[in-house]
Amino acid sequence: MQQVTRILLLVIMALIYTGCGNGEEREPADTRDEAPELTEFELEHGIGPVTERLDIGDLNVERARRGAEIFDLRCTACHRMDRRFVGPPLGEVTEARSPEFIINFILNPEEMTNRHPIGQALLQEYMTIMPYQNVSKEQAIEIVDFLRYYAETGEDLRD
Amino acid sequence: MAQKTTIWKITSLLLGLGLLAMIMYGCPSQTGMLDTRDAAQRVYVAPGEYDEYYAFFSGGYSGQLSVWGLPSARMLRNIPVFSQDPESGYGYSEETKPLLMTSYGFIPWDDSHHPDFSQTNGMPDGRWIFINGNNTPRVARIDLTTFETAEILELPNTGGNHASTFVTENTEYILGATRFSIPYEMDKDVPIDSYKENFDGSLSFIAVDPESGEMSMDFQIIMPPYHYDLGRAGKGPSADWAFFTTYNTEQAHTLLEIYASEFDKDYVVAVNWRKAQEYVREGRARTVPANYYHNLKDKNTGIASSTVHDEVLLLDPKDAPDMIYFLPTPKSPHGVDIDPTGEYIVAGGKLATVIPVHSFSRMIEAIENEAFEEVINGIPVLEYEATIAGEVENPGLGPLHTEFDGDGNAYTSVYISSEIVKWSLENFEVLDRIDAYYSIGHLMITGGDTPNPDRRYMVGLTKTSRDRFLPTGPKQLHPAQLYDISGDRMELLLDFPTIGEPHYAQAIKADIIRPNVKQIYDLDENKHPHAVMRPRDARVERDGNVVRVYMTNIRSHFTPDNIEGIRVGDEVYFHLTNIEQDWDMVHGFAIKGANSGEVLIAPGETKTIVWHPQRTGIYPFYCTAFCSALHQEMQGYVRVSAVGSDVPLTWRTGEE
Repeated sequence: MQQVTRILLLVIMALIYTGCGNGEEREPADTRDEAPELTEFELEHGIGPVTERLDIGDLNVERARRGAEIFDLRCTACHRMDRRFVGPPLGEVTEARSPEFIINFILNPEEMTNRHPIGQALLQEYMTIMPYQNVSKEQAIEIVDFLRYYAETGEDLRD
Repeated sequence: MAQKTTIWKITSLLLGLGLLAMIMYGCPSQTGMLDTRDAAQRVYVAPGEYDEYYAFFSGGYSGQLSVWGLPSARMLRNIPVFSQDPESGYGYSEETKPLLMTSYGFIPWDDSHHPDFSQTNGMPDGRWIFINGNNTPRVARIDLTTFETAEILELPNTGGNHASTFVTENTEYILGATRFSIPYEMDKDVPIDSYKENFDGSLSFIAVDPESGEMSMDFQIIMPPYHYDLGRAGKGPSADWAFFTTYNTEQAHTLLEIYASEFDKDYVVAVNWRKAQEYVREGRARTVPANYYHNLKDKNTGIASSTVHDEVLLLDPKDAPDMIYFLPTPKSPHGVDIDPTGEYIVAGGKLATVIPVHSFSRMIEAIENEAFEEVINGIPVLEYEATIAGEVENPGLGPLHTEFDGDGNAYTSVYISSEIVKWSLENFEVLDRIDAYYSIGHLMITGGDTPNPDRRYMVGLTKTSRDRFLPTGPKQLHPAQLYDISGDRMELLLDFPTIGEPHYAQAIKADIIRPNVKQIYDLDENKHPHAVMRPRDARVERDGNVVRVYMTNIRSHFTPDNIEGIRVGDEVYFHLTNIEQDWDMVHGFAIKGANSGEVLIAPGETKTIVWHPQRTGIYPFYCTAFCSALHQEMQGYVRVSAVGSDVPLTWRTGEE
């Protein structure tokens, strides 16, 4: 629609110019960027800085403890473990999603919401885009361990 | 694709401008439309692209400092400095209120005139920009990583700090001076007509800590009761010197319009500040009573606090020989400007028929030869002929200020005849002149008052716009004009309205500042004593009638957002921490009936606003910055009960 308006405007301008006898021909440029389709990896593990499987290894309790602190600071404004709050409950998220998916979502929430089908579905349900919280990749891995620990033991390391 | 987009946008803009020009002036065959298109092209910065320069315009009576991109003249920011700003809460929030404290109390306004950058080896280093407040004499430092006012220092025993904030080659000193002579002695009560006996001038030298930028009043020099108008630090060979203009050497105290314009010559004051500093370190300065505030924002807490000083070091030229000289200069000179080589001292004799140009090397010779006309209060007056290098003839009526392009050309603003005159530093002859719209004050060249200016753009800061824009009533904004000075002739590119009354401006290559600009305040570095880092710490505390609300904001809710147990007569402090860590994700806070304005809270920052509820009832509060799709939902309620009510103090967010 915007494109049509632009072309119309251009035509009107061109007509007025040619009325003065020095009209120029100009090709309207196509300005739309087409988003590339998501890869198999992106569909499964999310869009973001993580583009291949990470070998984060087994659950590491020390890492999970650090993750609990970061989770407390950066995530609890909107997330609870056992129930819906501003965002979805996270108690079982590690069973549904891969670590890479969760990390990409933390590090790249805007694009995950705009372009990933799961992000788009979450936006439909929760009506809000998760804020980027300037969490590092290492910290995101620690958050994954905090969530894995909870999923496996039922124990919340923040308590 | 991006390039195609740009071409399309440029094409559309040019066609649009062309169309507009044609509608107004007819077909291009009959007019100079190509020139307009050419000018438009030279100032066009495509959407998403950046300007080449940051320009900082003083706000004059707005008390602010506005930031512009050049050459597009897009406004980037308006920094509150000496004035309260209801938009951001500057001067309303508890953190920023101390910045506006003075020995005369809380002064939420001033008249900001002359910005100048911190310098390293004579070149702006992009760390800080300083600006003066003329009315209740002050100097401010703005941090260029955050574009926020970080510090304000009051000048003691000074009447109008106008010749400020000119900065020396390595930011050793910021200059200050008394514009309106007053008795130097603090709070002295004398008849106004005892001016000649009781009034004094003074010059101030404000030291700057090279690491922190923190300012301190190092020393002042007592001077004869003239008016000290503008200043400049020297460069290269003259780097150890500071220069000031004087007017009212007649020492009038009424109807200065007539009585301060009687003498053919006033003076340029040349001060060897390095020698003055040595004298002060040797102990030749006296400690005298003073009363002035120093307000500094703590980097870690973001909270400003004030220190009050009660004395200052004063140097008398009678006790400090070979330090300070008068150069006779026609007539009531305004600007004093030093060329990029540091050799020429150009005065804008606003009532003179010529532009006098003094030579620094001849001045030094004249001092060595003791070519003195007389000595006033220990200050030798040099012979005019001994220091003058040349006079620019026919400069127009009312020359004020001069800037330089580094290629041997000078550009002087001329107020009465409303023009800019370009002249040669080789033969002092006029090369070109161009109209200013209208009544030009200062002018500014990109790269500025340095040994190495960029001969690219010049901005004229004019005093009245009259018919230049769509009219907006009897009062209109002050305009500025952008000129291209890269060729032989000056060319007008753009005419645009500004904020307040810009007196002077500075422009710096964007690359010097841009890489250091902060995107967020790091929450981990937030040491504000009332910050809350995580929603679980959000709470409300009562201590007598003082209630403190520790609240977090994040898209799109406050924690807590329901508060009960507040009573009429309470003093309620809302301490808001924006726990976002994403660039430009700002939240605001306002509550019904608050007589202190709103606050805007940058990501990672803590800001405080105080509220005195006067009546019982339910008070909505909300986020004033459109932060997200659910911004309208970002709100809460406070319940205010009667004095002595037993409603318990409670708070919550959601069902928890």
